[in-house]
Amino acid sequence: MPAIETRALRKVYPAPAAPKRRRRSAQPERVPAPPSAPPGGAPGEIVALKGLDLDVHEGEFFGLLGPNGAGKTTTIGILTTRVLATSGSAIVGGANVTTQPVQVRQRIGVVPQRPNPDRSLNVVENLVFHAAYFGIPASVAVPRANQLLEQLSISDKAQAKVDEMSGGQQQRLMIARALIHEPRVIFLDEPTVGLDPQTRLSLWEILRTLHAEGRTIVMTTHYMEEADKLCDRIAIVDRGELLELDTPDVLKRRAPGGTLVEVTLAGTASDVLEPVRAVSGVLRAEAQGPVLRVYADHGGRLVSSIIQVAEEHGAPVTNISLTEPSLETLFVARTGRKLD
Amino acid sequence: MTATTLPAALPEPHRVPVTSVFLALLRRDIRVAGKELPFFLIRTLMQPLLFLVVFGYLLPKMNFVGSGYQTALLPGILAVSLTLSAIQSVALPMVQDFGWTKEIEDRLLAPVPTRVVAAEKIFAAMIQGVIAAAFVLPIARLVMGPIPELTLSHAGEVLVIALLGSLAFSALGMWLGTAIAPQHIGLMFSVIIAPMLFFGCAYYPWRGLDVVPIVKYLVLVNPMVYVAEGMRGALTPAVPHMPLAVVVVALVIVSWFFWTFGLRSFYKRAIG
Repeated sequence: MPAIETRALRKVYPAPAAPKRRRRSAQPERVPAPPSAPPGGAPGEIVALKGLDLDVHEGEFFGLLGPNGAGKTTTIGILTTRVLATSGSAIVGGANVTTQPVQVRQRIGVVPQRPNPDRSLNVVENLVFHAAYFGIPASVAVPRANQLLEQLSISDKAQAKVDEMSGGQQQRLMIARALIHEPRVIFLDEPTVGLDPQTRLSLWEILRTLHAEGRTIVMTTHYMEEADKLCDRIAIVDRGELLELDTPDVLKRRAPGGTLVEVTLAGTASDVLEPVRAVSGVLRAEAQGPVLRVYADHGGRLVSSIIQVAEEHGAPVTNISLTEPSLETLFVARTGRKLD
Repeated sequence: MTATTLPAALPEPHRVPVTSVFLALLRRDIRVAGKELPFFLIRTLMQPLLFLVVFGYLLPKMNFVGSGYQTALLPGILAVSLTLSAIQSVALPMVQDFGWTKEIEDRLLAPVPTRVVAAEKIFAAMIQGVIAAAFVLPIARLVMGPIPELTLSHAGEVLVIALLGSLAFSALGMWLGTAIAPQHIGLMFSVIIAPMLFFGCAYYPWRGLDVVPIVKYLVLVNPMVYVAEGMRGALTPAVPHMPLAVVVVALVIVSWFFWTFGLRSFYKRAIG
């Protein structure tokens, strides 16, 4: 039995309240519905998920990778019973998130995107009360809380107020809280956003340990490197759709060959597309507005030729970047957009 | 991170009884309220205290009002502090939790139906309402001196009114705290709570409004009228008051109404 299974999971957020009549004179143009509005759907509706099918195996470290607005947080919200799906089904640890939310909550631990500790309680109370909500008596919870604080290197803060902790320490407290009731499935929503590099590395270490203990971990991130280094399998999502799902190695092999040279032009990129394709060594080239994407085996050597060709066609180069074949280039090739 | 000592085989989740989660949530609220007791008392007793000093002590001393006024005032003041305390004890944390800090998330992840979390909040606020009311009597005695015609022989009735009134107003606080946008919370006080206090028959008995019949019947939509009148009937039966049965029936209806809308509104905020 998979730890998590979603079928045709769909979430549509209703349109925000219509603007007040008197404000319309100031903004005569109606804001058009975003491109994600469903065909035939009400204008202004936001379709966050368009029928997501996912299977996460027991004990797997699973990554949900995608840019902001891809539907990652909505997916986590549905799987953690905090958001109701519009349609489709989701099973977590054998329980249905819609019809058995209580059973799902018993099985999961959640680390939110932004730390949301109970600020009226001190650090250790945060853990002991959270354990109590799961029926764990203080005699069991207190030693377990102290052990977790020790493991997460914040035991010196046990009696501190939450507000006295740094962002990284609060994030660790959130991890301890997610673990205090020993859940089998742990969800982490962008756990390393806003952390300094050192704290991020130590968090990775913690996550690897949890994984080694046999827990199922689902983590969202928009950091390629993080997904690559930690996850057994990665789902790449964008605009509410699953684009790719496989191990990091397979996904990287699936990335279009060669280095990605991304060139931003002062003119329209499609004007120079053909001449650039003719440059020797270019595997593939595509244009999107002012952005020209060129894939080549030895990208660095081609930079000067590409600039030259572009300028000859009256489109001076304003920016240029090189990316090695990676999840990033795969993502760009699949979506036409960069991840961050 | 040191080597872990967690068991290799993860434990199977076990069903937790709803009552044990409810009690854990309640223990949390009691713990927090205990830490904030001085602030809680200042927040809820300041206004009644000021009223007691001005209307229960200064004005009678200046002979602007008769000494009988104190007798009519006391049950009303009790109702005011109960109302304020019950509403604020739930509305303010809700506004904060859902508006900014999202602190309630850890309780929303507790393995109970979401409505249980809301019901516990209302219950905790109800206790705080009763406690606030209990503090008023000794304070009133201190400020106003002996109050003629005050009787404690109907303590049971006082308790029933206090419990029902607190339930109604903490449920109202749940509704307001989850339905009002955080930036409009100031409006809650000026548009809802202030009129409710002033037209709640706290500072005058309902029968006194016989002189302005329109107001007399309009104020009946104000749930506070029933708490004030109920307290009047139980504490100072000599002052004209509504029959207890009317008060109880009205408070039960009002509680049910606010409870329904409060829980519904909480659920809407809690689950996206």
